[in-house]
Amino acid sequence: MSVSKPLPHDAAALHVTGQARYIDDLPLPKNALHLAFGTSAIARGTITSLDLDAVRTAEGVVAVLTAEDLPHHNDVSPSPSPEPLLSEGSVHFVGQPIFLVVAETHLLARKAAKLARIDYDEHPAILTIDQAMDAKSHFEDGPRIYQKGDAASAIENAAHKVHGVFEIGGQEHFYLEGQAAAALPQEGGDMVVHSSTQHPTEIQHKVAEALGVPMNAVRCEVRRMGGGFGGKESQGNHLAVSCAVAAALTGRPCSMRYDRDDDMIITGKRHDFRISYTVGFDDAGRIEGVDFLQLCRCGWSMDLSLPVADRAMLHADNAYNLPNIRIESHRLKTNTQSGTAFRGFGGPQGMVGIERVLDHVAHAVGRDPLEVRRDNYYRAMDSDGPVQTTPYHMPVEDFILHDMTDALVASSNYVARRAHIKDWNANNPILKKGIALTPVKFGISFTLTHLNQAGALVHVYQDGSIHMNHGGTEMGQGLFQKVAQVAAARFGVDVSRVKITATDTGKVPNTSATAASSGSDLNGMAVKAACDTIRARLADFVAERAGLDASEVRFEDGQVIVGTESHAFDAVIADAYMNRISLSATGFYKTPKIVWDRIKGTGRPFFYFAYGAAVTEVVIDTLTGENRILRADILHDAGASLNPALDIGQVEGGYVQGAGWLTTEELVWDDAGRLRTHAPSTYKIPACSDRPDIFNVALWDGENREDTIYRSKAVGEPPLMLGISALMALSDAVGACGEGYPALDAPATAETILMAVNRVSE
Amino acid sequence: MTIKFSLNGETVAVDTAPTVTLLDWLRENRGLTGTKEGCNEGDCGACTVMITDENGARALNACILFLPQLHGKSVRTVEGMSGPDGAMHPVQSAMVEKHGSQCGFCTPGFVVSMAVGHLNGRTDHDNVVAGNLCRCTGYAPIVRAAEAAEGADVPTWMTDEAPSVEALGYAPETADELATWYEAHPKGTLIAGATDVGLWVTKGLKDLGDVAFLNRCRDLQSISVGDDTINIGAGVTMATLLPLLRETHPSYAEMVRRYGSEQVRQAATIGGNVANGSPIGDNPPALIALKATMDLRKGDSRRTILVEDFFLEYGKQDRAPGEFVEGITIPKSAPNLRCYKISKRFDQDISAVCGCFDVTVAGGVVADVRVAFGGMAGTPMRAKNVEDALLGQPWTQATIEQAMAKFEQDFTPMSDMRASADYRLQTAQNMLQRYFLELSGESVSVLEVQP
Repeated sequence: MSVSKPLPHDAAALHVTGQARYIDDLPLPKNALHLAFGTSAIARGTITSLDLDAVRTAEGVVAVLTAEDLPHHNDVSPSPSPEPLLSEGSVHFVGQPIFLVVAETHLLARKAAKLARIDYDEHPAILTIDQAMDAKSHFEDGPRIYQKGDAASAIENAAHKVHGVFEIGGQEHFYLEGQAAAALPQEGGDMVVHSSTQHPTEIQHKVAEALGVPMNAVRCEVRRMGGGFGGKESQGNHLAVSCAVAAALTGRPCSMRYDRDDDMIITGKRHDFRISYTVGFDDAGRIEGVDFLQLCRCGWSMDLSLPVADRAMLHADNAYNLPNIRIESHRLKTNTQSGTAFRGFGGPQGMVGIERVLDHVAHAVGRDPLEVRRDNYYRAMDSDGPVQTTPYHMPVEDFILHDMTDALVASSNYVARRAHIKDWNANNPILKKGIALTPVKFGISFTLTHLNQAGALVHVYQDGSIHMNHGGTEMGQGLFQKVAQVAAARFGVDVSRVKITATDTGKVPNTSATAASSGSDLNGMAVKAACDTIRARLADFVAERAGLDASEVRFEDGQVIVGTESHAFDAVIADAYMNRISLSATGFYKTPKIVWDRIKGTGRPFFYFAYGAAVTEVVIDTLTGENRILRADILHDAGASLNPALDIGQVEGGYVQGAGWLTTEELVWDDAGRLRTHAPSTYKIPACSDRPDIFNVALWDGENREDTIYRSKAVGEPPLMLGISALMALSDAVGACGEGYPALDAPATAETILMAVNRVSE
Repeated sequence: MTIKFSLNGETVAVDTAPTVTLLDWLRENRGLTGTKEGCNEGDCGACTVMITDENGARALNACILFLPQLHGKSVRTVEGMSGPDGAMHPVQSAMVEKHGSQCGFCTPGFVVSMAVGHLNGRTDHDNVVAGNLCRCTGYAPIVRAAEAAEGADVPTWMTDEAPSVEALGYAPETADELATWYEAHPKGTLIAGATDVGLWVTKGLKDLGDVAFLNRCRDLQSISVGDDTINIGAGVTMATLLPLLRETHPSYAEMVRRYGSEQVRQAATIGGNVANGSPIGDNPPALIALKATMDLRKGDSRRTILVEDFFLEYGKQDRAPGEFVEGITIPKSAPNLRCYKISKRFDQDISAVCGCFDVTVAGGVVADVRVAFGGMAGTPMRAKNVEDALLGQPWTQATIEQAMAKFEQDFTPMSDMRASADYRLQTAQNMLQRYFLELSGESVSVLEVQP
């Protein structure tokens, strides 16, 4: 059966030969125009004069648009709180689009955009978490608070307590393909939009609003993105809407892509957090009560910040049973780029918060942090005793980390290596090694419950070839191939028979973003439903002819088997067509069991949890803070994997991206609110040699306890948090330099590590 | 003026402005969209192409490669990696089999870098693809693919013959021609590898005015090794220099291994790195520590100065209009030279601090000392107070500690996105400690630690 085979990515041959097309590769009509934004040079203020004469008269410029020139809505927000496409007179961060240049070429548009003369009345900008707290600059009224038990009393009565403050930096997505869109005007005011987006329906919706037309007048298509990671969930709206508006106004096709520096300056990033904690625990390090204050810098627009901050709260427990916990979350509005979706969606920040607590507690009681972690784990699935609940009162019914941890400790030789590292450190005055094992428990489902739905459209053509479409988008994760494998399995044919087609709002409507790791769970089920509808018609048809019951029809190895007869799938399809059997169907799926009250913080927001664990070994230089990951061993839970090769790819890539977030990837703003790290020359994602020298990745041999597509589990986001083990290994190495607790902030750059070494050595 | 080169086996002639990049031309004029724009500044490798000339095949970033630089050379893009009948190159099929692509956007660049490495028999894959960023895979499957393709034959179609060409007016063929051109155009811009000037165009959106391309000045590209010195032509690329440095100055070579990336080293010249005057270039501190000299030429008049004297203040060098660097001379041997490059990322990152040390100890006493830094001031410069604290003193830990305290007399570094002033000062001090320990045989590099 095609499911569970380690097949290559469906477009691999196109990728390696350069034939795979991305938005900017699409051949556009000769008269196409190109767009660029003119942006704010200050972080906060009002525009007192906007002189665009030089822009309008620049070479190749066809039109220049400001907010006043927009025909309808000036809003690209994905949330209920508006976010103007173009400034309406006030500016809120350095890089905010103020006007739109429409020109004959990309380069001429970029050049013209620099020629505006803009005067501002500058206001004091709110840039930092401290400034936002002082100014009470929040989204939502007051903080959100989730709690269980009585954290204050438990901490008060505990034998020991520690307090800490942990700074966690943001992260730039650095998808290799920058944001891009193109719009082609159609007859009667209709618009076709090509967008590098994870959310075609939102593009359709926002474009329709901007053009003042119903959604049925707009079609959005996306074959693939050159990476998304959450950065194309809402951040592509600006380009698609701009293209559509300019195309409608000029009657010419319009295309827009950000230069990399513009992309990094304009678009949203992972939220940075400050997490303060107070924790009470016993002599063994078992946590009795913990209090978290999560301060989340959301940037200038609400965007997706509320659910991001919610998810950070929902992962403040990670793998640990915390009977008494209080989590207070502030969503701070600042004059910086929007905080937006980024792989893990707040979960990583919440999770690294509790991992820091465990690391700190272990240091305080002088035990191996792994032992302290294990002693605080939730009770194992199907073990004796009542099911334990999360801080948001959801029963943890599928906890498998005890077994996974045992297996990983054995396969990574953790115990012997830890002892060896201790000896090694004793003999090396300058270089120090560290090792850590950290677990991951990540909740799967959109916390906005209605998003947990998906549609599919499947056609079988009369020659037996299959055309598959669904609402999910392909950003490199292999979703299309996994879902094609599902379709092939339902019909019992080879996957090569299934044509994968671009996501298209004209084929499957009302789609949710491909986000929250939900792609294969939702779309796999929807495609299965569509295939099964057609399959049932075929089964009825052949069973009736054979005088048997439809339940006796099987689809296997390219054959349709009915009783003792076997017919080629092609022949059955040709027959079915001649007999006027419908060979096209839609499919629909909605996730069961989930219910969630985000204000009270109670319910079951997640259908299930995905698990993983990683052991990382590092070495640091105590003279410079330079450091390196030497080895990583990972065991990850993808349930019964739909495609182990693609899933391992997600795990390897997620780990390196997560480790990058917590080590070399540092976003730096200056005092004027200008992002100083706006290109790969200054913002350093991991390069090839930064991957671990030894990198052992395996999938846990299990299946989802819940009824998901072939009992698989979502695998997009969870592996990112395996990278937390790198930070904790660095903490372990720093800890070898003295008695103090390293209290290592993230990202743990060489500089951060050297400062921590200085602290613990004092 | 017509630029002529071979593109995927076919000779093309182009009449264009001199600062059109190969990437824009491929994508916009030729419809060859396999070569991608990832950053437009030579830092991500998504636009990597293969360039072949009489010196062999190399990988370069098309986004900061101007068309005149291709005159008389051969270009292969990702579309030219597969055979005429569509057969995949061994690295392409290995990338499919080993799951080396996810989103696929960086993949064409990786494929070209890997194919060039494969053609040149390279197996140091981390270095070959250090200039190619991937955000999806975590690199492990890409390296597996490179390893899997190691033994395969180089496909016949990868061998290119460059067309013979006439001289271009703005690309002098000799240093003499360049001297004449530059005297006539003293405000003109000289373009060697374009790894910096390229960004003036792609990011600064500047009109460069008069330009001269130096890559056809063959007489600026020679290295002559004498009895005691090595003279390096200003047009020698860092990639050409690297193998020689590995033999003569291994620590300098290790720093150059991390300088830029394969694509950058194949374009960047040592003369350009010095003449550009940047306070954070990596060659100057090494050259200053080596007491290197540089030959400057204006018209027919030549002079030779110490490299350290070239840097006057931030943005200002001892170079007259119309004067250019012809060559650089370093001692052939400096066994105690050590170069330490500190950056956020090991590969392809600009140094926060780059410190180079060369101390001679005789009879337990420091007989000669040169300590030079980049990233600590407005120019690359020596740490003279530190040197004074070492010279004539016993080579001991106590001396080192005394000298470490002198760094703050030499330098008042700045804070920026790469590092804080405090970090720069402390690591500069600690580098001296590291140097002492390294010469004592202590293990001091995390890059040499095994799991």
